Amino acid sequence: MKGGHDLGGRQGLGPISPVPEAEEPVFHTDWERRVFAMTLATGMLGQWNIDESRFARESQHPADYLRNSYYENWLVGIQNLLVKKGLLTEGELAAACMITDGAEELRVPNSEEAIKILGTGGPTLMPSDGEPEFSVGDAVRAKKIHTKGHSRLPTYVQGSVGEIEENYGCHVYPDKNSAGERSGEFLYRVRFSSASLWGSSEDNSEVLIDLWQPYLENVE
Amino acid sequence: MAHSDDENMHSHDGDHGHSHDHTEPPPELELKVKALESLLVEKGLVNPDALNAIIDNYEHKVGPQNGAIVVAKAWVDASFKEALLADATAAVSELGYFGRQGEHLRVVENTDETHNLVVCTLCSCYPWTVLGLPPTWYKSAPYRARAVSEPRQVLAEFGTSLPGSTKVRVWDSTSEMRYLVMPQQPAGTQHWSEERLRCLVTRNSMIGVELAKSADAASEQDQC
Repeated sequence: MKGGHDLGGRQGLGPISPVPEAEEPVFHTDWERRVFAMTLATGMLGQWNIDESRFARESQHPADYLRNSYYENWLVGIQNLLVKKGLLTEGELAAACMITDGAEELRVPNSEEAIKILGTGGPTLMPSDGEPEFSVGDAVRAKKIHTKGHSRLPTYVQGSVGEIEENYGCHVYPDKNSAGERSGEFLYRVRFSSASLWGSSEDNSEVLIDLWQPYLENVE
Repeated sequence: MAHSDDENMHSHDGDHGHSHDHTEPPPELELKVKALESLLVEKGLVNPDALNAIIDNYEHKVGPQNGAIVVAKAWVDASFKEALLADATAAVSELGYFGRQGEHLRVVENTDETHNLVVCTLCSCYPWTVLGLPPTWYKSAPYRARAVSEPRQVLAEFGTSLPGSTKVRVWDSTSEMRYLVMPQQPAGTQHWSEERLRCLVTRNSMIGVELAKSADAASEQDQC
């Protein structure tokens, strides 16, 4: 979906104004720590995957997404997922107290298990059951895809022509994974010249974007 | 978050670039987060010890010091560098760095001809296993918007200027591939020990917005 998160090439957002590296803490406030940890810990319940988690943040009104700070968007994301998956109710969130019993069948990791899960990660490489449609060096066009669902095809690249630099193999396809269907598609690194993306542009720069096969079409 | 809530949180208008720093936490938001945590604990959906362990892991254990160890080793050890560029996931795993947001790692090398810069325009994808959690600016709308369309101006805002002949390659992390930049080893450090070289390798140099610290800069700070 072309939500507030789809930011590549947007203008009018002002300077970056980075805090010097040595002066920035990992978390700025305690509530940021808690939102971060709650997001990872509830994710470990296995009720949703990373693409559903991203989609929950992206699905806000764009004005809210842009106005919120980073961890506010994370907070919105877990609240929405907890309700959608039936782990909490809207009433419980509003009242801030338990109304229905917890789901006893869920396995809730303790601290050792949580650290082990973080250290294991979740690789997305999958066995492939077909041949890749594109080869290194092929010219490809990023399709125009106007979906209301989750996608990892940025708007700024849609319609532009680039060149396949590498085939990364078959990886979990976010567009379906975000709807709970884990299936794989070939993932390619595609190189776009700045001129192909922005018309006239800064000289001598290019953008590398990882794109799944369904996002691409042959250029005749 | 609803507009009415947000008005109590912080001002955005006329405050570009600073609006997400949150030096003064909005009390309403703090209360909301505390209430959610209490509710999750009460319903048995999270273990409070696990929350603390997760925070401790990313606040104190996993961070850019890991990436600095990787880069300094590659500077002094040609066979490690070769292995790192061929299969970074495997090479850094051997140093003990593997896990969430580092399952499929690539290391991209800066040279005189090519400078690499990493961004995630769609969210905040970042190689946690070697850099920890991303800084606020990396997650900010201006960086995500501009790194792909005007990388040299973005670099200039970090005080980084490259020769016009250097090609800038901007890596937009749209997939679960994670990218770590290997900065060039600064001049005059060829005889330095691996341990001493590590303090030249900043987080920002491994994202690609800055170069590694010069030998002089490191000496001035009296850290190496």
